[in-house]
Amino acid sequence: MTERIPRLALGAIPYYWSREQIELFYAQVADAPVEIVYIGETVCAKRKEMRTRDWLALGEELAAAGKDVVLSTLVLLEAEADLRTLRRICANGRFMVEANDMGAVRLLQGESFVAGPGINIYNDRALTRLAALGLKRWVFPVELARDTLVALQAIRPAYIETEMFVYGRIPLAYSARCFTARHLNLQKDDCGFCCHAYPDGLLVSSQEGAPFLNLNGIQTQSAQTYNLLTQLPELIELGIDVLRIGPQREHTLEIIEIFDRVRRGEGEPQDFDCMLEGYAPVRACNGYWHDEPGISQHDTYPGMHPALASQDVL
Amino acid sequence: MELVCPAGSLPSLKAAVDHGADAVYIGFRDQTNARHFAGLNFDAVTMETGIRYARARGTHVYLALNTYPQPAGWPRWQTAVDRAADLGVDALIAADLGVFDYATSTWPELRLHLSVQGSAANYEAIRFYHEHFGIKRVVLPRVLSLRQVEHLVQFCPVEVEVFGFGSLCVMMEGRCFLSSFAAGESPNSCGACSPARAVEWRETPTGLETRLGGMLIDRFGLDEKAGYPQVCKGRYQVNGQTYYALEEPNSLNTLSLLPQIRAAGVTAIKIEGRQRSPTYISQVARVWRAAIDACERDAAGFVPRPEWVAQLNKVSEGTHTTLGAYHRPWR
Repeated sequence: MTERIPRLALGAIPYYWSREQIELFYAQVADAPVEIVYIGETVCAKRKEMRTRDWLALGEELAAAGKDVVLSTLVLLEAEADLRTLRRICANGRFMVEANDMGAVRLLQGESFVAGPGINIYNDRALTRLAALGLKRWVFPVELARDTLVALQAIRPAYIETEMFVYGRIPLAYSARCFTARHLNLQKDDCGFCCHAYPDGLLVSSQEGAPFLNLNGIQTQSAQTYNLLTQLPELIELGIDVLRIGPQREHTLEIIEIFDRVRRGEGEPQDFDCMLEGYAPVRACNGYWHDEPGISQHDTYPGMHPALASQDVL
Repeated sequence: MELVCPAGSLPSLKAAVDHGADAVYIGFRDQTNARHFAGLNFDAVTMETGIRYARARGTHVYLALNTYPQPAGWPRWQTAVDRAADLGVDALIAADLGVFDYATSTWPELRLHLSVQGSAANYEAIRFYHEHFGIKRVVLPRVLSLRQVEHLVQFCPVEVEVFGFGSLCVMMEGRCFLSSFAAGESPNSCGACSPARAVEWRETPTGLETRLGGMLIDRFGLDEKAGYPQVCKGRYQVNGQTYYALEEPNSLNTLSLLPQIRAAGVTAIKIEGRQRSPTYISQVARVWRAAIDACERDAAGFVPRPEWVAQLNKVSEGTHTTLGAYHRPWR
């Protein structure tokens, strides 16, 4: 079997950046070695720095730069206004859409769509059911381990692509409450868009000072950064079609470069892994892949010094 | 409105039935349901006994099969669906697309409810499950305001069940990995939030520490009541402040909203707590039965009676109750 080089995808920006920051970021991404770019608001319906038409215009620019653009959608859709925006995105007629809620799947059925991290596909029966509705690509649930990926890769319908989240802070939970507003004693209805002040989220540590979570509006992320760089050879062998990188405020382009070089075989993963560690705001983790608590960091690569491998592991 | 009570054991089921539940919800003794705790839930014999007991008294039995099977575990979920159908449960409460797919293709007569674990917070999502699997009811996540519930019911093709009382999930259920992040098991994958094997209670000279997977979740002074360590209810440091960064350990109590919930067109009120004792179930079922009956008789004149409030406060987790997301300022 000839192994194909997987494509690289950049996930949607989870944080609330200014319009200028967003435009500058994507101007750089246009020249970066990612083939697929997900754009749009996935976390908070109140964030209005970019309207749907602005995302569509940005999508055109990225498409002109040769990117395969996918419009991403909210994970938590509550209000009628949220559904109106969703319908508009789903009916855009130009770009493929990533569903993060079954409401989006309903609107997208019959055409090609991506099932994002908000859609729970834990078994082949679920995958096959969505495949019959037009699913083109699915994102493997982040909390699941290697063995389940192996099993699902073996039985997935041949025309379905598998995308794997390989780098970034892990989206762990979504709430009706805004935790950034709560931190500042503001009400969600009158939040003043306070998450603007935290372009990488707001770090939560235990009372012992151990970094644990990261607050991003209504979303709770991991403080640690999921990093599967050293698993790349195995992911390629498993026939993963797309590798997803989550954007962060700093170093996203360098991170993309590293994954690009490693996927092309221009260097061993372990040669770059220490660099990636340095780009993680806190540290890396990969427990989910090894069927362990997600926060843990497991044998980064064979031959690593045990003292390093166990460093900072709870 | 229908009163739906939890039953984590045969004595709890009997307590719920005897104290006025219109329906009870139960689960098998394994990870096929979202309250998989040691010593909890039903084996084949107790389930049959329980169903017979409930049925003889006109109470419905719903079976929660609301976790997400992975390929290696699939046969267990499939068998559970078959057994539920054989036992003649009144409804199956499911979340996973694969489980729904199997249930509808194998047991087309089986009544299906969409679990809160299915994360359906809008009517487009509910329509999806209705159109594809013919669900008859949805259990709404505890993230919607009352106004949003009212709006949703107008466009929802199926019956709506809401949580009325019990532990408050501040996160959108079915999409919360906080437990597996710290402890390796989540409600989705294993039916467990904060699995007991990963929980530690550590006495220290200044009080009690609770940990999950080694991570310090909270410290309690000698005069404080310690709560079970769930990630969403811990006290953490953020920018130098130590506080409940996500949610205080309050529990949900919507008794005072009962007339509005009824007017919104909600079909059923769900009580949380399959992990709670038969005594708890008796007390809570009795109060809610009386309250729902009073509300049905005279919704306009409905006022929660002080003794109901006192009884519910006495059994609530933590010391405070909240209206949760139903009340906008909470959000």
